[in-house]
Parts: sequence; C-alpha cells; structure tokens
Amino acid sequence: MRRLPPIGHIIFILAVLLTGFLIENTYYFQLLVFVGIHTLLALGLNMLMGYAGQISLGHAAFYGIGAYTTAILTATYGFSPWAALPCAVLLASAVAYVVGLPTLKLSGYYLGMGTLGFGMIGFIVFREWSSLTGGSSGFVGIPPLEIGPVSFYSGRSYFFLVWTVVLGIIILCRRLIDSRTGRALRSIHDSEKASRAIGVDTMALKLRVFVFSAAVAALAGFLYAHFVTFISPGTFDFLASVRMVTMVVIGGMASVWGALLGAFLLTLLPEWLHAFSEFEMVVYGLILMGVMIVLPRGLFRGLLDVFEGAREQTAKRSGGVNGR
Amino acid sequence: MQEVLQYLFSGLTNGAIYAVIAVGFSMLYSATDLINFAHGEFVMLGSLFLVTLWGAWQIPLPIAFLLTVACVALTGLLFERFAIRTVRKPQPIVLVIITVGASIFLRGVAMILWGKDAYSLPPFSNQPPLELAGATLLIQSVWIIVISLLLVFGLHLFYRRTLTGKAMQATAISKRAAWITGIPAGLMVLLAFVMSTGVGAVAGMIIAPVTMCSYDMGTLLGLKGFCAAMLGGIGSLWGALLGGILLGVLEALGVGLISSALKDGVAFILLLLILYFRPGGLIGAAESARF
Repeated sequence: MRRLPPIGHIIFILAVLLTGFLIENTYYFQLLVFVGIHTLLALGLNMLMGYAGQISLGHAAFYGIGAYTTAILTATYGFSPWAALPCAVLLASAVAYVVGLPTLKLSGYYLGMGTLGFGMIGFIVFREWSSLTGGSSGFVGIPPLEIGPVSFYSGRSYFFLVWTVVLGIIILCRRLIDSRTGRALRSIHDSEKASRAIGVDTMALKLRVFVFSAAVAALAGFLYAHFVTFISPGTFDFLASVRMVTMVVIGGMASVWGALLGAFLLTLLPEWLHAFSEFEMVVYGLILMGVMIVLPRGLFRGLLDVFEGAREQTAKRSGGVNGR
Repeated sequence: MQEVLQYLFSGLTNGAIYAVIAVGFSMLYSATDLINFAHGEFVMLGSLFLVTLWGAWQIPLPIAFLLTVACVALTGLLFERFAIRTVRKPQPIVLVIITVGASIFLRGVAMILWGKDAYSLPPFSNQPPLELAGATLLIQSVWIIVISLLLVFGLHLFYRRTLTGKAMQATAISKRAAWITGIPAGLMVLLAFVMSTGVGAVAGMIIAPVTMCSYDMGTLLGLKGFCAAMLGGIGSLWGALLGGILLGVLEALGVGLISSALKDGVAFILLLLILYFRPGGLIGAAESARF
C-alpha cells in the first residue's frame, strides 16, 4: 500500500502534463505559472497554519526576500541564478529564525503580531533602500533561468519547471506530515498542553515549521523573479501577505490539496472579477466573508463534508429500509 | 530646539489620532478577544461621511459630527449582526479572515460611493495658528488633542461610573459568568462593536482636515493604531492613549531628526520591540498569554 505513489499524485502529474501540452495560449501559461507560484506560497504557509496552528501576517516579506536576493545577486553582481537560490533560501530562513525565536516563546498568536510588524518593515526596506532594490520604481533586468542548453524562456517550459517544483514540495510536505515530526505537529494543533506533557518540544517544532514555510516562500520568490524579470515592492506588501493567508483558509487548512485549490481560486478570481470592473473589490470581500461564514473549514474540507453528509443520509435511508 | 518643539507638536497631533484608533481596537478586543482588521476602514468611513455631510451638504458641524458617528456605528452594528454573529464555530483565525474580507468590502463600497479622488476639508474653526516658543500649533491640532483626551476620559467614566460600562467590563472578563449574573452578554458584545466603530469614526473625522481623505486611507491608519494599542497594552484604555501618543511623538522625531524613509517604519519597529521585550504592553502584565 505504502509503496505505491498515492493516487492524488498520479492525477496531479497527468493533469499537469495534459494542460502543458494542450494549451497554446501564452496568457494561460502565464496565469498557470502564477497559480503554481502561489501554490508554493500556500503550501508553506499551510504547514504553519494548518499543522503548527500559527498564523503569519508577513509572509510576503519572505517571498520578497527570495525575489530581491536573487535579483540583486544575479543582475547586480553577476551570480548564476543557481548559486543565488541557496543564498535566497538561507537568508529567508535565517531571518525567519530571528523573527520567530522570541515570538514563538509566547503562547497564543504572537507570531502573527510579530510577522505583521516584520512584513511591513520588509516592504518599507524594499521600497526605501533604493540604491540596492531600485526603490518604488522597481528592479529591472533579472536574467531568465537556464539549465545547460535548456532555457526557461517560453511560457510552456517555465510552466513545467514551476509545476515540477510544486510537485516536489507537495511530496515533501506530505512526507513531513506523515513523519514523526508531522505527528508531533498535529498534536500541537490539537492541544499544545497535551503535546508538551508527552514530551514534544513545541517551541522548537513551531520554529522549525516557521523557518520551513519561510524557505518555501523564498523559493517561490526566486521563481517569480526569474519569470517576470522585473520586481517592484508593491508585489510584497501587507495585502499580499493577507492574500496568502486567505488562499490557505479558503482552500482549507491542514490539507495539501486545499492549498492548491485556494491558490487556484484566488489567482483566477481577480481575472474573472475584471468583468465586474469597479465592483471587483466589493465582490472579492463578499466572497471572502461568505466562504468563511458558510464553510469555516475551507472549500476543500467543506465540500467533502457536504458530499459525505449527503452520502451518509442516503446510506441511512437505504439502511433503514434494509433494516426493516 | 524650536525644530524639536515643532516635531513634538506634530507628533502629539498624530499621536492623539493613533490613540483614538487604538482605543477602538482595545475596546473591541477586551470585549470579544477579536482583532478587527477592518477597524481602519471605519476610520476611513468617518472621514468620508464628514466630507459629504459637512463639506458637501453644509450641515452644521456638530450635527454632521453626530450623524457621522451614528452612520458609522450603524455600519458596525450591521457588520456584527451579519458577518460576525452568523459564524457557527467562532475560531479566532476564521474571524480574522472575516474582518479582512469586511475591510476589502468596505473599501470597495467607499470607492464606488466616493470615487477614487482624494478630498480635503477645512479646519473645524478658523482661528490663526498658536505661537508657542517659536513653534506653531495649528488650531486643528488643538481640536484633535482636546477631542481625543475628552473621548478617553469620557470612556473612562463610562466604564467606571455607569452600570452599562461595568456590565461591559464584566462581559470582557468572562462572557459566561456575566451571562449567569443576568447581564445580556450578547447585547454587550454588540454594544462593544457599535462603540468601537463609533470611536473609529471620531478618529476619522478629527483627522479629515489635516490629511487627504480617500477610500484607501484606512489600512495604514488601522495598522498603526493597532501598533499603538499593542505598545500600550491591548485592552487597556490608558495604555491605548499612552501607546498612541508615544508612537506619534517617536514617529515625528524619527522623521525629523533621522530620515523621512522611517515614517511608516517606526510603528512596526516599535511593535517588534514591544513583542520582544514586554509582550503585554507598557501598561499591562509583563507576560501575557491572551489572543
């Protein structure tokens, strides 16, 4: 049973291959690359929110650290992107460690407060340190990615690159959740006191998950920077952090596929809402509130619950008939 | 020296506004344990309602003032009734997302009603600026400081002297225990929403003559007010006042003496520092485990 790759992964690979070869439109490829990058962000944050039970309101700053580090190292200092990648991920992880260490010592949602402050400071640094980051007018001239003779310049090749990374992170997350660490994490989510009583070092674990989610966000930032080749601080502001949290919550916390669904919906929703033109924000806000009120466990779990509830009722009805 | 005094004046003015916003956060937090991320949007609504009622329709200021508070508080009431109370399992994270959704919604509504333009209003009265030791103090600054002090003092009396205020405090300590003693706890939570958004409207109105009022002014004001509330110790009235004034003064001094790049950063640096060294806030328990 365990040896076989889970059915979800096979469906996922088939879906990616099919879309990759069937779509011709560059605009769709561009959208799907963004969906992939947002999925990465949601996956990392999902580990923190769904399993460690903490919220981060400044994740866009880690995304930005990833993007700006690789941009500065490659465009200003002429590094190869593949040498800049570990630097970006390491820098984001180190910063996450420093931000997380004091706030995670406290119980409650202090990490959320701390990351809110940190995220705003990150945004201000990107905007104001213009000699390094290009300031509010942005950073241009980030080179595209290449592996040997293969250049990831077209929409299709970048699409495959991003979604391969997404698959890798999905598998990593699931392995992590099924490991000893993952079980400890889930126990923290259910009851921090109980897990501490049976000897789980809750603070160290929460810190590790926070650093992991920051590293994944930096990886997403790296992919973003080399795809659009132009970055500006507006991409990494407070609203971006909020949007990431929203993806996780709308899709469904503590579920890898929920993160994927949330990233999909929230990336495509603004595209659909363009039809509403000036009512766009109103509709976006209403959808956000509506989903939370009707399905507080997120769309993925919520729809599963509705489906299972219906099946149970049918089972009950037919069971009742058979019982007599 | 004159310069420092001038920075101090502008710091006090901004600080008084942050203090009023922080009071709104604190009131709601102590009654419901909820951080309302839409609070800045209620501040924005206060400004824009005053722009229409006083600026455009020429309704006398005191009446326009009261009408604005009533309109914004009514919005707050509807928000509690339709968005917050309908949640079946009120987990903190779900409620936080709902307030974020509400903030986007309110910003969208304001954009439709008032457009994307920025409005400005004249000061509340037309006296010349005061000269104090070589520095000037705008008359609107006096209005801002006086109104915010009166507001905080009035709320202090409300909590201490009236039965309703005491009942609200009891609800804040324990909803269930308050309910057992016969306090209508649900009504108290509703009242906390109405009062908190009404206070937000006051902040929006007093700031209107010294800033540009537009549909997107609320987010940053709300976040800074939140920083001020955390700085003083969230849930405490005097803490909110102290945190707001301190934030305003440090921000003005940071901008004036160090660099204008610091303008929006000071609040968040202070937030991180207070979380590291005294998470309960300046007034309040040294170690707090709430929220």
